[in-house]
Amino acid sequence: MNEIERVIQLLSRLPGLGPRSARRAALHMINRRESLMQPLAQALKDAGEAIKICGTCGNLDTADPCGVCSNPARDGTILCVVEQVADLWALERTASFKGRYHVLGGVLSAIDGVGPEDLNISALVERCSGEVKEVILATNLTVEGQTTAHYIIERLEPTGVAVTRLAHGVPVGGELDYLDDGTLSAALQARRALG
Amino acid sequence: MIAAERLDHTGATGTGDTRSAPGETVAVRRLTLTDFRNYTALRLDLEPSPVVLIGPNGAGKTNLLEAVSLLTPGRGLRRARIADMDRIPDTGRRDGSVGISGAGWGVAAEVDSIVGPVQIGTGREAGSDRRSVRINGAPSSAQALSGYLGAVWVTPQMNQIFLESAGSRRRFLDRLIFATDPAHAGRVSSYEQAMRDRARLLKDRGPDGADKTWLSALEAQMAERGVAVAAARLDMTDRLGRVAAEGFGPFPGAVVAIEGDIEALLRDGPALAAEDAFRERLAAGRAQDAVAGGAGVGPHRCDLRVRHLEKDMDADQCSTGEQKALLMALVLAHARLLSAERGAVPLLLLDEVAAHLDETRRAALFEAIVEFGTQAWLTGTDESVFAPLAQSAQAYRVAGASLQAMGQATGP
Ligand SMILES: Nc1ncnc2c1ncn2[C@@H]1O[C@H](COP(=O)(O)OP(=O)(O)O)[C@@H](O)[C@H]1O
Ligand SMILES: [Mg+2]
Ligand SMILES: [Zn+2]
Repeated sequence: MNEIERVIQLLSRLPGLGPRSARRAALHMINRRESLMQPLAQALKDAGEAIKICGTCGNLDTADPCGVCSNPARDGTILCVVEQVADLWALERTASFKGRYHVLGGVLSAIDGVGPEDLNISALVERCSGEVKEVILATNLTVEGQTTAHYIIERLEPTGVAVTRLAHGVPVGGELDYLDDGTLSAALQARRALG
Repeated sequence: MIAAERLDHTGATGTGDTRSAPGETVAVRRLTLTDFRNYTALRLDLEPSPVVLIGPNGAGKTNLLEAVSLLTPGRGLRRARIADMDRIPDTGRRDGSVGISGAGWGVAAEVDSIVGPVQIGTGREAGSDRRSVRINGAPSSAQALSGYLGAVWVTPQMNQIFLESAGSRRRFLDRLIFATDPAHAGRVSSYEQAMRDRARLLKDRGPDGADKTWLSALEAQMAERGVAVAAARLDMTDRLGRVAAEGFGPFPGAVVAIEGDIEALLRDGPALAAEDAFRERLAAGRAQDAVAGGAGVGPHRCDLRVRHLEKDMDADQCSTGEQKALLMALVLAHARLLSAERGAVPLLLLDEVAAHLDETRRAALFEAIVEFGTQAWLTGTDESVFAPLAQSAQAYRVAGASLQAMGQATGP
C-alpha cells in the first residue's frame, strides 16, 4: 500500500466517511498540500501528543484535570453524568450548566459485552461520597441509556446524593449529541427528581 | 415509573398533533421503487382513492403491496429479510450469473399522512443488513413512521392466523395499534431489546454470576415498557371489541379478548402495581429463564383470542371460510373504529382477498372501502371481480414489472 492509499484507508475509518468520500477528502488535501495537508498533519500530531483523559471526570482535554474540573467557578456539588465526551461537549455548547461532569464511557449492554466494570461507575460512586450533593443523569433515552441510569440510581442510593433526570423532549431512542442547544438547555432546566 | 409518562410525551414530539381533521384521507400519492424485488425502476402517481392491481400470478402485485407496507414500522407484509428484497438480476445476462445483486433497494413515497404531506424513503444500503428510513430527507427510524400513517393488511398467508402460534395474532394486534398510537412501535421494540439484553446477561453469566443490580435495572425497563405495551393492547382490544361485536353487514360479529399475565394484572389493579408485580415475577424467574432463554412471563406471551359471536365458537374451531370472514370482520371493525374516532383510516392492503369472498361480502367490503374513503390496495387476477369499484378506484394492469393504467378512473 502506498502513502496515498494509506491516507484514504485511514480516513475511511472516520464516522460518516465511506471509501468514496475518503478519496475525495484525500484528493482535496493533496491539492492543498501546504495550506491544509501539512498543517493538519502537524495539528493532529500535536493533539495526539497533548490530549489527556481527565482522571477526575473522563473528559478529553490537554490538561489533567480538565478545564471544567479545574475551573474554580464551576459548582462542584452538582455532577452531570453523560455517556460520552461528545455529550459533555454538547452540554458545554449550551453554556447553561455550571456544575461539573462525569463521563461513563458507554452504556450497559450485555449484547455488546459492556458491563458495569467497563464503565466509569465506581469512580462516580467515589466522587459522590465527597462534596457532591446532586447528580443529574443525562444518559440517552435508549433502552441501554435508561438501564444504565437505573443501575446508577441504585448504586448511588447509599451515598444519599439527590439524583435527577434530564427531562428532554427527545423522541425515544434520541441521542443527546443530536439535540439542538435550545432543547438541551430547556431539558437541563426542567430536570426532575427521581424517587 | 416516569417512563410511561415520558414515552407518551415524547411519542408526540416531532410528529406534531397526531389527530387529524375528520375526513382526512391517508394516501400514497407517489410511489417510486428502485431495485425492489422484481422492479428495476417504477414510478406511480396516485389519487387518494382505492388502488386495484390486476395481473397473473407472479406479475409482482404482492411485491407492490409489500413495498407499501414498508412505509410503516416492521418487516413488511411478508416479514422477509431486508436483503431478500434486493432485486435479483435476470438470468442469462452477461456472465449468466444468477445471484444477489447486493446493491440494495429503495422505496420512496410521497404520502398524504395524518399530519399532512410527507416524504418517506426506506431501503437497504449496500453492505448493510438494516433497513434505513428517511422522513422528509432526514434519517429516522422505522418506529417513527407510525406517526405518519398506518397500514393494515390481509394476505393469503394470514388464512392460518387463528391456527398459528400466538405471535402472528400479537403482530396483527400491534399493527392495528400502530395505526392509532404512534408510540406503540417504539415501546414494543424497546421492551424486546431489554428482554434480549437480560436473556444475554443470564446466559453469559448465569443467574448467580450476573450483576443483580444490572439485572434489576433491565427488569425495571422491561416492566415499565412491557406494562405500557400490555395497556395499549388491552385498550385496543376493548375498543375494537365494542365495534366488532356489532358485526359488519354480512361479516360475522366477533368477540375479542386478550389473554396474558400482565394484561390480567392490569385489569385487576393500577399500572404501577402491575409494574411491581411484573418486576417481582421476572426476578423470581431468573434461574428458569437462564435455562430456557427469553422470559417466562411478559406481554410477549399474550394471545389475542377471537370468538365467532353468533356461533359462540372459538375462531380456531370455525371453518376455513368462517375464519377468513372473521379476520376481515376485525379489519373492517378497526377501520370503522378509526373512522369514528379520528376520521383517518389506515391504508388497507388486501392481497387476493376480494376473489375469495362471496358476492354479498365482496359488495359489503367494496361499499365499506368507499364509505371510509380509505386508499385500499386490492389485488386479483380477474378484473371482473372489481367491476363494482370501477367508478371509485384507479385500476392498473401489472405485467412484466411495469404497470399500465386501465379504464378512465385513473386520471385526476
Ligand atoms: N428479490 C427478488 N428479485 C427479483 N424478483 C423477485 C424477487 N422476489 C420475488 N421476485 C419475483 O417476483 C415475482 C412474484 O411477485 P409477486 O408480487 O409475488 O406476484 P403476484 O403478482 O402473484 O403477487 C416472482 O416472479 C418472483 O420470482
Ligand atoms: Mg401475490
Ligand atoms: Zn474533568
